[in-house]
Amino acid sequence: MIPLTGDATTTLIAEAQGTGGEPLLPGTEVTEAGEAGGIGGLGKIIWRVFSENKLALVSVGVVVFMLLFCFVGPHIYHTDQTDLVITSVGQVLAHPSAQNLLGTDPNGYDTVGRLMVGGATALEIALLAAGIATIFGVFFGAVSGYAGGVVDAIMMRIVDTVLSIPTLFLLIVIAAILHPSFWLIVFIVALAAWLVPARLIRGETLTLRTREYVQAVRAMGGGGGRIVVRHIIPNAVGTIIVNATFQIADAIGLLAALGFLGFGVPPPATSWGQMLSDGVSYAQNGDWWLIYPAGVCIILVTVSFNYIGDALRDAFEVRLQRR
Amino acid sequence: MIGYLIRRVVQAVIVIIGVCAITFILYHLFPGGVNSEARIILGPRATQPQLNAFLAANGLNRPIWTQFAILVGHVFTFNLGYSYKLNEPVATIVLQKLPKTVLLLGLSTLLTVIVAIPLGIFQVLRRNKPSDYALTTLSFVFYATPTFFLGIVLIELFAIHWHIFPPEAPQSASIGQILADWRALVLPVFTLAAVYIAGFSRYMRSSMMEALTEDYVRTARAKGLSTRRVNYVHALRNALIPIITLLGLTLPAIVSGALITESVFNYPGMGLAFFNAASQNDFPLLIGTVVVAAMATVVGSLLADILYAVLDPRIRYV
Repeated sequence: MIPLTGDATTTLIAEAQGTGGEPLLPGTEVTEAGEAGGIGGLGKIIWRVFSENKLALVSVGVVVFMLLFCFVGPHIYHTDQTDLVITSVGQVLAHPSAQNLLGTDPNGYDTVGRLMVGGATALEIALLAAGIATIFGVFFGAVSGYAGGVVDAIMMRIVDTVLSIPTLFLLIVIAAILHPSFWLIVFIVALAAWLVPARLIRGETLTLRTREYVQAVRAMGGGGGRIVVRHIIPNAVGTIIVNATFQIADAIGLLAALGFLGFGVPPPATSWGQMLSDGVSYAQNGDWWLIYPAGVCIILVTVSFNYIGDALRDAFEVRLQRR
Repeated sequence: MIGYLIRRVVQAVIVIIGVCAITFILYHLFPGGVNSEARIILGPRATQPQLNAFLAANGLNRPIWTQFAILVGHVFTFNLGYSYKLNEPVATIVLQKLPKTVLLLGLSTLLTVIVAIPLGIFQVLRRNKPSDYALTTLSFVFYATPTFFLGIVLIELFAIHWHIFPPEAPQSASIGQILADWRALVLPVFTLAAVYIAGFSRYMRSSMMEALTEDYVRTARAKGLSTRRVNYVHALRNALIPIITLLGLTLPAIVSGALITESVFNYPGMGLAFFNAASQNDFPLLIGTVVVAAMATVVGSLLADILYAVLDPRIRYV
């Protein structure tokens, strides 16, 4: 889905208005040496601006808490989440109690334990998909923007085409044809997510390629590959990091939607979206613990990543303005 | 203007051919190729001669480029294949369902625009005051709430607990009857619109904020115009223009949202047909729906761009 809050939209709109490729900020000068060095001193400035934003700090706390909850939690709060043997009727759809803090689901699984494994799956898929999509999108965009001409036109029409197909429709057809597995879901979420970084980095590359230091490298005989990898991508790192943060938030939402529609990881594994989907029909009888905790987890993590992205963008903009 | 239009239309046609290429890839994505696709459609007891007859009838045994040309021809003539599960041409099913989805999308978009724009303006006028912060936080939360979760919560609260609205969308066949059953439309329309109200009001806020820093606003102030006139006549009209582009860009996402909303509320539109097709492995209907959704999106963003060019003369000369 299009991140409405991200700078992605700004660039997409700038492109749609025919102003694409222009720097969004005045004075987007980067290091004189060209190779993005001196991150040490910059890191402090970025951190100072970032840490002034209290909401962003809270968000980092929420993300850290969720990571601990999902990945360390199962080692502290032991529950059976794989091959459960049901020994009594009361074990199924049990109300929250001291034994099962948030009750159990229709299969007898403990809901808190389910939130942990479901969250671990959701976060793993979202982080992997956002990572893969960012790396691929960055290279695609940088090559497209650096090559220019016909190559650029063809590569960007590919992006336009995939972007014009409503994401969920495309992903569900692929999932229906190929049957979901963990890696297939990572792949299809990434398939939706690489488009925005590709367009953003292409725009950035169009301005960076005309910089003196790029011309200097070219004059010294540096090839296109070296320029893209050593000079253009490192200088676009702010844009890349900020966008990757928004991509994680989007991936969690997309994954939840896929899981809700029945295209999630195969059982007994689960994800937050699938838990919601499984719980809906029971929730109407008052079994609230089957849907609200999972829904709240999705919202908390998504809001946090969006806040972090916003604060990071502000921090990187300050970095650019101080130069 | 004409040059811009021609370029934009050519681009749209290229994208539609690209959509055909992706559709084509989907048809050939089946593990085991077209033979296993034929088996899925004809069933496990089909004999090899029957499978061959199916492939021949659908041109699937022709050379690959011929197949692609046939597909492009079919898409441009709106021949979308045949749903063997529903025993009807895909085009017929789509024509039956599409108006209902367009109605849902139209009402939600209307609601989004009607609510989000005043909300964004209100936030700018009260910027950095508690009400601005509260609305910002609220829009972040709504932006992060998955459409299906919001739908479930609204059904729980408004249909099951308080009995204000029915839990299901209107089931009538005609648009008129659906509109007459407006109480049942409230929850689906709001569910679909909520994410976009959040996003658009954020965007409207920053767009209006930017417009207020422009030179023409300062000039208007210097001339001695009232704040009200500067805000609503000079700043607002310019701040509204990017919203049109945003509408065009959001179209694919909002169509995806309709898929979720329709399956949560059992609204008999294209999204629900698609969802049912996915659970029944009705591949011709699935892929046909993708083509239609993509075409609608391409046409929608084309219209948004043209409207934009009409409203903002600067774009025509770029």
